[in-house]
Amino acid sequence: MGKYLKTADIEWFKKRLIVTMYFVILVFTVLVFRLFYLQVIEGEEFSRLSENNCIRLQSIDPPRGLIYDRNEKLLVDNRPSFDLSIILNDARPVNRTIENLSYYTGISADDIMSRIKKCRGISAYKPFLLKRDIGRDVLAVINAHKYDLPGIEVNVKPQRQYINRQIAAHLIGYLSKISPEELKDEKYSRYRGEDFIGKFGVEKVYESYLRGKKGGRQVEVNATGQIVRILKKVNALSGCNIYLTIDLKLQQKAEELLKGMAGAVVAMDPCTGEILAMASSPSFDQNDFVGGMSHEQWHSLASNRLRPMENKAIQAEYPPASIYKIVTAIAGLEEGVINRNTKFYCPGYYKFKGREYRCWKKQGHDNIDVLSALAESCDVFFYQTGQKLGIDRLAWYAKACGLGSATGINLDYEASGLVPTAAWKKRRIGVAWQPGETLSVAIGQGYNLVTPLQAAVLISAVANGGVRYEPFIVKKIETPEGKVLKNADFDSKKKIAAKLPASSQTLEIVKKGLWNAVNSKKGTANIVRIDGLDISGKTGTAQVVGRNENEDNDERDLAYNLKPHAWFVSFAPSDKPKIAVAVIIEHGEHGSSTAAPIARELIKTYLER
Amino acid sequence: MFDRRLIKFFDWSLLGLTFLIGFIGLVILYSAVMAGDTGPHKILFIKQLIWYSAGLIAMVFCFLFNYRLLEKWAYAIYSICIILLIGVLFFGTYAGGARRWLILGPVSIQPSEIVKIAVIIVLARYYSKNACLTGLRLRELIRPLILILIPFILIVRQPDLGTAMLIVLIAASMTIFVKIEKRSYLYITAFCSILMPAIWFLLKEYQKQRILTFLNPDLDPLGAGYHIIQSKIAVGSGMICGKGFLKGTQNILAFLPEQHTDFIFSVLAEEWGFIGSLVILVIFLMFIIRGLSIAYGCRDVFGTMLASGITALIAWQIFINIGMVMGLMPVVGVPLPFVSYGGSSIITLMICIGILLNISMRRFLIE
Repeated sequence: MGKYLKTADIEWFKKRLIVTMYFVILVFTVLVFRLFYLQVIEGEEFSRLSENNCIRLQSIDPPRGLIYDRNEKLLVDNRPSFDLSIILNDARPVNRTIENLSYYTGISADDIMSRIKKCRGISAYKPFLLKRDIGRDVLAVINAHKYDLPGIEVNVKPQRQYINRQIAAHLIGYLSKISPEELKDEKYSRYRGEDFIGKFGVEKVYESYLRGKKGGRQVEVNATGQIVRILKKVNALSGCNIYLTIDLKLQQKAEELLKGMAGAVVAMDPCTGEILAMASSPSFDQNDFVGGMSHEQWHSLASNRLRPMENKAIQAEYPPASIYKIVTAIAGLEEGVINRNTKFYCPGYYKFKGREYRCWKKQGHDNIDVLSALAESCDVFFYQTGQKLGIDRLAWYAKACGLGSATGINLDYEASGLVPTAAWKKRRIGVAWQPGETLSVAIGQGYNLVTPLQAAVLISAVANGGVRYEPFIVKKIETPEGKVLKNADFDSKKKIAAKLPASSQTLEIVKKGLWNAVNSKKGTANIVRIDGLDISGKTGTAQVVGRNENEDNDERDLAYNLKPHAWFVSFAPSDKPKIAVAVIIEHGEHGSSTAAPIARELIKTYLER
Repeated sequence: MFDRRLIKFFDWSLLGLTFLIGFIGLVILYSAVMAGDTGPHKILFIKQLIWYSAGLIAMVFCFLFNYRLLEKWAYAIYSICIILLIGVLFFGTYAGGARRWLILGPVSIQPSEIVKIAVIIVLARYYSKNACLTGLRLRELIRPLILILIPFILIVRQPDLGTAMLIVLIAASMTIFVKIEKRSYLYITAFCSILMPAIWFLLKEYQKQRILTFLNPDLDPLGAGYHIIQSKIAVGSGMICGKGFLKGTQNILAFLPEQHTDFIFSVLAEEWGFIGSLVILVIFLMFIIRGLSIAYGCRDVFGTMLASGITALIAWQIFINIGMVMGLMPVVGVPLPFVSYGGSSIITLMICIGILLNISMRRFLIE
């Protein structure tokens, strides 16, 4: 227990308490004087200011940062949007004002009234938005009849404009109004209900750079809402400008080539990881999102079977089919189960455990070595290689080649693909691995799944001699004053994700095989060969799940959604690669006939600049 | 064993003042939440009533036992509060730019309110054991410093600069109330004058900006500065007699985001004018003087320190809140005692009153 007071202590505390009492009374005196000053001396003035709520706050939206391509060509900018609002308190008599407004603008008066009535709880002193983005002709009329329209305001706000319709829509993304759920998120704590935010692509990922900082001003207005004076002003700060790695010309070419088909194209610089073009088809118009989309418009986008809202280059997963033979070849050569001279006999099928696994070529490839097997895409050669490797060794190489995990590109919703292993199957499906499944996996069928971007990264690594770069899409970020915040060119550490698990001899063999695929007579991609371009590549024809392998179908009769997907991965020039391209066409049937020509056109466009 | 003196010394005037302020507070809150279409819902008023009822129970509980037991429990109470504060940092609900609330079953509590009492109790215990006529030496101030610093840092992290500063103010008041050696004063002054600029240089630009805006709301004309102007207009436009109950135009239009919590005094001043505001100020003054005289009348150091600490808590909140609404103080989230909406704040205050009543009626019971 504590001490009890002695006389001396009591004296001390007494003194303290008296001093404290004086202090408290002094503070209260100050408060009373302040109250007297505000309410009695300045009371009249404050009373006047309170009557019409004269001091108001107007926010000024910052222009969002611009987006350019790698050659500083403008892709996205802002244009002024004239937004029509009403301040109910200043618009008295409201009915007449609205009638006048309706007469001058053609917006139905009933419509306006019902909208106002619907939004209960709107403040009579805050602008209530009637119509966004009125045309300049309407604006002129409203300005001319300003005095018939008290309380009607036109605010200029920057509106996002995507200059090239549908071009790189998935990559750039779009803006749209912030949702109530997003408003609750800690990340968006500085946003308000009417704000637009990036919802997809670069617009979303780089939101914090692009956004800028809101400004505003305190103004004093008179009884009709006209500004008497500006008390304080804080300027809005524009957002940072972003330079993408994509090449507009190449991107446009890619979109043009994909027109009418569902699929994706990824082109990248194999020696840096810069994405030169990334297209997904079908596309959509980003401007529709900014302007506000009708329910039908949204519905038709969302329910389209060809999934226009999905960035197929990173979100869609496909069986890799024959392009996976690159991985099987690397694994076989590195593990020593085959070498440059190993030959397997291909009669057009491979008998394994009482079942026939067929080669795509019915008459067979005869005795075939790894170079020709890659060039002619012999299935039997890789069945045997895969069988000798076993599923787990094969899976280890696939993972080391970057398959089965996201590439790390700075975009949302990247899929990771799938590299099946025996343990994975037991865990996920509960059934033990069948040796026959290894054969399917070895030629890229079975449970295997890759994204077009993963395919592009893989072929780039093969092309550049074995380095897997992390793909990226932003070259440079600059403040509006031109100060560079981020610059990929000067980033000291190149974003190397990993090295391919392959010696240079192995890679030489694989590269030679891919060169033969295009440049030898029997090569599967021989039809894309043209003089003056030195292209290497690998085709792929991915069976769609549900189709029975053993059935003998006349392929022309197949329904669209049962037709196989067509792959082509390639790079050029073969010795000093400048561009790598991965193309997938959904249900395009043959890699050589649908996907490969697109890749060739892109390479041609890029190298002929 | 029940002692008849407990009833004899019961402080009916303090209880009466509490009920009076509580009643006025509810009337003002009613106006703040009911006026206009856009104001908060009346559910807040009902909730406040429930909180008051819960507070009354807490108050009764707090004067039933001998307050000297608090000395024994001081560190236990303190530890529980600190654990709650740590809990807020990890599991707190995020709202309005800060993490301040803990959801416990059906209610959400604000541990930073309750921690104020814990700090007062723990300091009262320490000072009652160490106070002496020559004054505290520097060495003896290290422990209280640590006891304050822990909740201070935890609350700054939320961030809630206002409550953190309030805790420092209460602790400083209590420390000055006990005697400090003259030499120690010199050391502390010297130490602070060196440390302050050093810390300032270590801060990042945005942190400096935040402190500058805190001290001078005019630097943020779109946020705090605008609130202060609207608040001053509300107070000033009340003039001498006020606009009348439920008639405050600034109140109805809901210009102030916190009109039922931090800016509630502006509702009072607008609707009841200079006369009404003066009445409230006088009642608050009487309240503080009552608290100080309980401290004065107490015969043990722990009781004196406890009563003065609680009085300091209530007094500082009144000064800061009313000063802020009238544009004399930084804009901080400090509620006006008994008037602002807020469950944790009401419960805390009623516990404070319970302890004051406890000290008052047991002041002559010295075993």
